[in-house]
Amino acid sequence: MTVGVETHNGGVVATPAELAPAAFQARLLAAADAGARVVAYFGEGRTPDVTLTAVLADDRQGRLEVLRTRVLEASLPSLTPDLTELHLFEREVFERTGLEPAGHPWLKPVRFTRPDDVIGVTDFYRVDGEAIHEVAVGPVHAGVIEPGHFRFQCHGETVYHLEISLGYQHRGVEDALLRCPAKRRLHLVETLAGDTTVGHALAYCEAVEALAGARVPARAQAIRGVALELERLANHVGDLGALAGDVAFLPTASFCGRIRGDLLNLTAALCGNRFGRSLVVPGGVAFDVADAADLLRRLDAIERDATGAVELLWSTPAVRSRFEETGVVATAVAHELGLVGVAARASGVDVDVRAQHPSGIFRMAHIPPAQVESGDVYARASVRWLEAVRSFAFVREQLAALPLGPTRAPVGPLAPSSLVVALAEGWRGEIAHVARTDAGGALASYRVYDPSFHNWSGLGMALRSEAISDFPLCNKSFNLSYCGYDL
Amino acid sequence: MNASTVLGQVVDVLALLLVPPLLLGVINRVKAKAGGRRGQPLLQAYRDLARLLRKGLVFSETTTWIFRAAPIVTLVATLLAGLLIPLGGGGPVGFEGDLILFVYLFALGRFFTTAAALDTGSPFEGMGAAREVTWAALTEPAVFFVLISLASWSDSLSLDTMLLAPAGPHAATLVLSAAGLFIVLLVECSRVPFDDPNTHLELTMVHEVMVLDHSGPLFAAVLYGAAMKLFILATLLVRLVTPHLADAWATRGVVLAGVLAVAVVIGVVESTTARVRLARIPNLVSGAALVTAVGFLLAVR
Repeated sequence: MTVGVETHNGGVVATPAELAPAAFQARLLAAADAGARVVAYFGEGRTPDVTLTAVLADDRQGRLEVLRTRVLEASLPSLTPDLTELHLFEREVFERTGLEPAGHPWLKPVRFTRPDDVIGVTDFYRVDGEAIHEVAVGPVHAGVIEPGHFRFQCHGETVYHLEISLGYQHRGVEDALLRCPAKRRLHLVETLAGDTTVGHALAYCEAVEALAGARVPARAQAIRGVALELERLANHVGDLGALAGDVAFLPTASFCGRIRGDLLNLTAALCGNRFGRSLVVPGGVAFDVADAADLLRRLDAIERDATGAVELLWSTPAVRSRFEETGVVATAVAHELGLVGVAARASGVDVDVRAQHPSGIFRMAHIPPAQVESGDVYARASVRWLEAVRSFAFVREQLAALPLGPTRAPVGPLAPSSLVVALAEGWRGEIAHVARTDAGGALASYRVYDPSFHNWSGLGMALRSEAISDFPLCNKSFNLSYCGYDL
Repeated sequence: MNASTVLGQVVDVLALLLVPPLLLGVINRVKAKAGGRRGQPLLQAYRDLARLLRKGLVFSETTTWIFRAAPIVTLVATLLAGLLIPLGGGGPVGFEGDLILFVYLFALGRFFTTAAALDTGSPFEGMGAAREVTWAALTEPAVFFVLISLASWSDSLSLDTMLLAPAGPHAATLVLSAAGLFIVLLVECSRVPFDDPNTHLELTMVHEVMVLDHSGPLFAAVLYGAAMKLFILATLLVRLVTPHLADAWATRGVVLAGVLAVAVVIGVVESTTARVRLARIPNLVSGAALVTAVGFLLAVR
């Protein structure tokens, strides 16, 4: 029974009518009970007048449900105790609108955006005891990586609890998207998470195209798919190399670093930019594929090298003993936290936008989702390689038979008073963009969920009872985005 | 004492002072070749030391004199230990019972390094110090078993004389001692698979994390001392397994070549294996102690 408005990935609906808060919450819990996943949950306005929107995904049916409610009070009972995956969403709503989730077990800032907030200054969970010691890492790290603060509660070498505090890179992109000229939006979206340029650009373009009723030509769809999978390949291969580097296994580490560069160069051959900037544009793609045969030749060489380098990982017992049973996230925990993407599939959770909510080329060409049950670093590494193998096959198949025709269609004005949810399977996992237009057809709200938003708490759980010296390895196996979370 | 012996002793000391950074260069070159990379120049470690010597010093306000003294004490202790086992044999400072001094000079250096790490008050460095002393408690018996095995057939308690004595029928002990000593060398010099000298991840480090707060010339002393320790342990290992030649100069050449060969072997090990899980390291190191203990039992049987 659907109470909200039913839609699908890229489907436009008239802005749904507002339910009573009690009905909204009851439906949310009932749908989650029936297996739905929370894709988005956000508030607009300030207390005491906040409109909440929730997007639920039924992955088996490939359907989405949109619920809205208007809360004219300063607080609403928290649903987190019954539905753990809402914990961060409710904290975010509280931070942005002031609507307090009464009874939230751990209500604290998400990105430290309120005027009096100082980033990183907050209460941290503490474990008491004589032999307990606390280790604080970051926000400034030893490597060239993004800033984030990690607080470990340790007993000797064992981590009892890890709390992750982010927000250092909050730029206010979601608000900037509403303020800036329409043409500038694509550039902002491409920098939501620089390593997922194509993924976020794709979600944004699909949202805009849906609202404008534009039909993307087949050739452009195929090129978009190629770009998305090349992005996945470059990052997965790079991650496998980085995982090898973290256990000081040099052969794979040095080869994969180079091969990642080769893959980025393929994207550069498509559009002139190694990260695929300005390739995916509303209406299609800005660059056509000139010489598919050359790309295919290079792809073959890359796949051969990558296979050699990665096979070495699996065949070296020293590496396997480090990867196996390290940083385990049990299937039930992954479900409960609402993990997405590589991390979820490595824990035996069956979520993949390309298979369950396909859009564009993925309606025609199917990529079977990779899935492993064990939930450890080894599982996250093997899911990456399984996906890479399938992406190689997909890219080859698409490039060998690119449809003819134009690569770009005109995009008209956006439909007024409408709402669209656009999902894309970026290399980390599900990217969700939710756009709503006002009565004049202008963007009234635009919300972004990078997979990192869902998955950081998975990393925290992976460290429970784990050795603190294995944290870098576990962290690398998730390889989440800080700026994608901070927005 | 003739001119050749004196010259030999001078060469031994010069080798102890000058060769250690070269070993790091050899290891890095082997790793680069194996990884298909061009890699850093062979003499990069010397350049690094020269660069650090030109730099200024920064001290955390929480540290005391211990932090400043530690790199010097450690370096001097290491240097003294090195003088006890010259490349060619017949060193100037050996005495009866110096094997105890040899082991505890390293312990003295370790005491100051870990005390300086604790002195910074950083949770990282405290963790590194805890790991370092835990493993040291296991490597020390291994070294002692090797040395008393040697003492048992050489009837001497002076390192230099012990290493000159022919092993004779004790080949099995020799093999076991060498294997144990090689593991000790990898642990003590923070090499893969026990530690990763190249990592930037503080939480996984052991030795490197203890010296994170050192800078400039004192950091140069730390790096130089660590390289020298590698050189000394490699010398001990090589002198243990190579037969003593009648000509001291020939011995010197063979041992030096052997030390470089040890560096190559370390490079190969680091290129082909991954780090083991930290929690498993005590098992491996106690394995080394056990192997050398068995060697000792075979020697005194």
